Amino acid sequence: MSGVWTEEQRRRAGRTPSSARPSALHVERLAFAYPDGHQALFGIDLRVEPGERVALLGPNGAGKTTLVLHLNGVLSGGSGRVSVAGLPVSKSTLHEVRRRVGIVFQDPDDQLFMPTVGADVAFGPANFGLSGAELDARVRSALDAVGMAAHIDRSPMHLSGGQRRRVALATVLACDPEILVLDEPSANLEPVARRELAEVLLDLDRTMLMVTHDLPYALQLCPRSVLIDDGVIVADGPTRELLADADLLAAHRLELPYGFRLD
Amino acid sequence: MSGGHGVHLLYRPGTSPVHRLPPQVKIVAALLGVICVVATPRTEFWAFGLYLVLLAGIWAVAAVPVGHFVRRAVIEVPFVVIALVMPFLGAGPRFTFLGLSLSEPGALAGWNILAKGTIGVLASLTLAATTAPRELIVGLQRLRTPAVLTTIATLMLRYLEVIAAEARRMRTARISRGHNPRFLWQAGATARGIGSLFVRSYERGERVHLAMVSRGWTGRMPDGGAAAEPSTWLAGLVPVLCTASVLAVALWLP
Repeated sequence: MSGVWTEEQRRRAGRTPSSARPSALHVERLAFAYPDGHQALFGIDLRVEPGERVALLGPNGAGKTTLVLHLNGVLSGGSGRVSVAGLPVSKSTLHEVRRRVGIVFQDPDDQLFMPTVGADVAFGPANFGLSGAELDARVRSALDAVGMAAHIDRSPMHLSGGQRRRVALATVLACDPEILVLDEPSANLEPVARRELAEVLLDLDRTMLMVTHDLPYALQLCPRSVLIDDGVIVADGPTRELLADADLLAAHRLELPYGFRLD
Repeated sequence: MSGGHGVHLLYRPGTSPVHRLPPQVKIVAALLGVICVVATPRTEFWAFGLYLVLLAGIWAVAAVPVGHFVRRAVIEVPFVVIALVMPFLGAGPRFTFLGLSLSEPGALAGWNILAKGTIGVLASLTLAATTAPRELIVGLQRLRTPAVLTTIATLMLRYLEVIAAEARRMRTARISRGHNPRFLWQAGATARGIGSLFVRSYERGERVHLAMVSRGWTGRMPDGGAAAEPSTWLAGLVPVLCTASVLAVALWLP
């Protein structure tokens, strides 16, 4: 294993809180097998502190999506524990857990299902009990944060790919999550939209877990990366160090795009 | 429903009093109005004339041109054809009109379909022209329509366009590989295309559900719209009162 952060390094980077504030996300010995017997996770241990931006890297079929779906309790029933900002994920806490973990799915058309942008952004917070002026204010500020406030009354169908992606992000921001989970945020985006999304994400200043195959994007956005393969974490450390280790990447079917080089 | 790029097929945006009326009031008014029309005896020809005048009055207030409704009423044509055929096929006493021998009960039955059908279609078009599709759903929600139905309607409004766009892309991809669906023996590819569209839509349905659950959905759409004041209900139901008065006169006039 290479590129692993020691506790000391992490403390110096200010990532281990000295106070008693719980981790934004704490996964302990999480294992899971699908009903057909396929074992997807073999004991994952992961801790994400408040304010951290972490990239979750790994080849197809490594267990990334399975892990993500455990974070808000869509999948459960294996062994191990997940807690979000100190709250353990269980049947009785599911509703609150889903507010705390905001997942932005890969295809915005799966996420945006209401007839207008405004109605869609209001869907989450309304489910979590907001209404009236408070709800309107939340919708407005979420759309402002992604620069889409002018499109509040439009149909998602009539937005560009990049705009749809930002609205999908707003639908989750409106729930005021403790941790933002992004599934392939840069997929299918033109370069300008990709850069604009990165700027929005950096401005948000929120705890983030970003699943991606786009390694330069991980480098740009996430100081820390976690590499997962065959249901276990094989590396966890500063993104730059991890991506500079060509042997490690090659061993797990990852590679930098043509022309990229990190030393 | 918006077809293409934000162009509404049935809805005509506006700010008239009819447009501003809460959707639940308009739905109830349209339904009760049509029930009155259907209950009117078919031989009271004058009553149907009054109903039409009343509709024209609503169009004037809503500032929607008559042409908007006339063009869209074409959907009624199959029923008009049936109505026109009935005088020729009906039994019973016959009369001569323009040298044609026509059945009297058949002519009356045809007229019944034509008059009530036309007014029903025009009333529905009036509701659709002055109420945006999502407003209609809000109205149904406020009228306590089962949540399952309003949820399905909401999803349909949104995904019809997504699925139509997907179907268009798949068709373009087929045609780009030399598929020419003019010939019957090539219908197989189209059929398989429809099949895979169904599977894709089903899978998308699962992903949409997952995304909804992740945002705290528990089976009910969040409430929309606001309750209408009694005075608003009264104002909105004025056309129904007129329709009901005409019906009363038609029923009890000797």
